[in-house]
Amino acid sequence: MKNKLFILILIGLFFSINSSYSKEDHLDELKKISKNIRCLICQGQSIDDSNSDFAINIKYVILKKLNEGSSEDEIYDFLKSKYGDWIVYKPEFKLYNLLLWLIPYFIFFIGGILIYQKIFKKNEKTY
Amino acid sequence: MFLDKKINFKRLIIFISTFILLFLLAIIFFKSLKTENVYIPNQLIGKEIPNFASKSLFEDQYLESEKIFINKKYYLINIWASWCGPCRDEHPYLVKLSQNDKLKIVGINFKDKKNNALSFLNKQGNPYKQIFVDYDGSLSINLGAYGIPETLLINNKKIVLLKFIGPLNSQKYQKIIDAINNEK
Repeated sequence: MKNKLFILILIGLFFSINSSYSKEDHLDELKKISKNIRCLICQGQSIDDSNSDFAINIKYVILKKLNEGSSEDEIYDFLKSKYGDWIVYKPEFKLYNLLLWLIPYFIFFIGGILIYQKIFKKNEKTY
Repeated sequence: MFLDKKINFKRLIIFISTFILLFLLAIIFFKSLKTENVYIPNQLIGKEIPNFASKSLFEDQYLESEKIFINKKYYLINIWASWCGPCRDEHPYLVKLSQNDKLKIVGINFKDKKNNALSFLNKQGNPYKQIFVDYDGSLSINLGAYGIPETLLINNKKIVLLKFIGPLNSQKYQKIIDAINNEK
């Protein structure tokens, strides 16, 4: 009797999971995009974290655009056209951003060389 | 001894480079502490505003911006709401500006209730030629709004000349007057 009940519950859960995946509510995409948008009122937070009116409005507009079929890039372009490049956390790879993108890798590379040299110098000294 | 000299020279170089680097970093940090760090979006200044449309606050009329911004005048687009305190504070300036022949004021009623908005205008005066209703905030986002109240001065080519975030005051009022008197 217990086993039958357990199986019935499992079947019920299986169907409920199916129906929630078939909904096109874009909430996952909204979350992903919101984490990449800066809240202009609470400028230390993303739209996803912030509860300011501005954040709530922007999230609503993003969801509206997702439901209308806009892509992630189109939404970023729209927001950048209204609020400037800085509203998007991840900077675009443009010419004026080149240094911003390359310097971390460059420092990482230099650091690697320094570590390499230190290790080899150490080895030489142990003669 | 020659080796000592070499090591000392190397150490000196390292010491000087570190000192210079730290000194430069200190300058950068002190400078950054003093600069204004809050980002104010002014993306639309100098650009044409997008077309927008919505219901009017007064009648069950549908308003389209292309049909409103057609005269050879300046337009002030003011985003407001009855529940917004600073909107109340700035309202007298709008009423004063509405008496200026060179200017027409168009309102965008932001996330408000019709009765409250009408009551607000009855008590405070109505400076608006037309009022668009922005139920969900999307119209204001389309105009690059940051919060309310917000005011945009546009010319007859729908180019944004000035943008004011926050309530109007005597200085901002004067800037508007100067702009509409000076621009060709």
